[in-house]
Amino acid sequence: MNLTLKVWRQANAEAKGRMETYPIADVSPDMSFLEMMDVLNEQLMGQGIDPIAFDHDCREGICGMCSMFINGEAHGPDRLVTTCQLHMRKFNDGDTITIEPFRAKAFPVIKDLTVDRSSFDRVQQAGGFVSVNTSGNTQDANSIPIDKHDADKAFDAAACIGCGACVATCKNASAMLFVSAKVSQYALLPQGKVEATDRVMNMVKQMDEEGFGNCTNTGACEVECPKGISLENIARMNREYLYASLKG
Amino acid sequence: MLLRVYALILVRKLNTMSLTSSTIGRKVAMALSGLFLVVFLTQHFTINFISVFSENTFNEISHFMGNNPLVQFILQPILIFGVIFHFIMGFVLEIQNRKSRVVQYNMYKGSANASWVSRNMIWSGAVVLSFLGLHFYDFWFPEMNYKYVEILPLDPNRYYEEMTHKFHDYLRVILYVISFGFLALHLFHGFASSFQSVGVNNKYSENIKKFAIAFSVVIPLGFIFIALFHHINSL
Repeated sequence: MNLTLKVWRQANAEAKGRMETYPIADVSPDMSFLEMMDVLNEQLMGQGIDPIAFDHDCREGICGMCSMFINGEAHGPDRLVTTCQLHMRKFNDGDTITIEPFRAKAFPVIKDLTVDRSSFDRVQQAGGFVSVNTSGNTQDANSIPIDKHDADKAFDAAACIGCGACVATCKNASAMLFVSAKVSQYALLPQGKVEATDRVMNMVKQMDEEGFGNCTNTGACEVECPKGISLENIARMNREYLYASLKG
Repeated sequence: MLLRVYALILVRKLNTMSLTSSTIGRKVAMALSGLFLVVFLTQHFTINFISVFSENTFNEISHFMGNNPLVQFILQPILIFGVIFHFIMGFVLEIQNRKSRVVQYNMYKGSANASWVSRNMIWSGAVVLSFLGLHFYDFWFPEMNYKYVEILPLDPNRYYEEMTHKFHDYLRVILYVISFGFLALHLFHGFASSFQSVGVNNKYSENIKKFAIAFSVVIPLGFIFIALFHHINSL
């Protein structure tokens, strides 16, 4: 496959970025998108051009590190996959592919296609955990009976890998799908219910302070989420937040 | 859980800070004001639809609504507050949302994952708001002038004629029809969406969505029918 790539280049956080066009030849349809980017970078280095910086780690669709806004969609046109699991067979010979970083005020560009997603870490640190007494008399988790339905829902929410596709996709750059998944995975379990009030209040407060937008229920985040996190989690977070606010 | 939430609303003092300054609080406020306006819309439609069948009944109900102190001095101010709150909050949220993405994408395929109506609520809302200006100019301001400025004598039989007179003008009818089209678009996303905002997403949600979609089609179509009916009758 011969392709034309239009890629966002930005030297650093302060520099003004621009779209650059690079042709690439002989792309195998079996390559992953990141492998294609590796080939492009080798080509660029051969030409004495600075390679394109992009995030990646496990390349197995489970770490949440890769990002990229490809042809107007987070993680590209495929569904329920991250960019590393997107394959070139999804494109056609002669295509022009536009590649941009995830864009949000809370995700500033570091360089080229890499963005700083530490705002997610700060939201998580604000309450996305269960405080555990490590004095030696902690109860065995398996001794606490949990309804299968709740356990499944909590597990589904915990599948969120925090990649930020929800924010990148949302027209308002809202992080509510991410935050609601983290709130839900604990709120549904007895171990998490103890701190449920503080958790939701603190995480939403941090989310707002980071500058994410409001949810307008377009549902785009759910469609683009590589892990299929449901909007049901946002409704649950809204309930938890309302209850926590009124409880005071 | 939901019942507990709403029970707490009744018995506990509202934590006003977090409920009006947070993203979720504003979203809930937006949804509740929208649901309130849906209730009002239903009542308004019911009264207007009666005008198709019975001039006398329409006059009787309009006279009651226009002169009952509870409606005039309690419900009407609440309604006006609801309308103003809904559109001001809508614009505040829109501005805040635009600030959350400073640099825009070169290519953004919004239609790949969300409906046009859900992405353009601000525009459908702006058209409905403009329509409210025309509607107030047509009916509310003359009514306020009649009752509270010029203080003209009570006439329980004037309402039907005043309304049909307005719908004689075909340009006004066209504007009303277009506006109700945008109202349908606004309700198409907004009505069902408001349930999600207040935390309702369960086994009933599919049926709620179907009802909301039916409502968003039937009610605006009904308003269009009423406008056309009176226009044709006046020819």
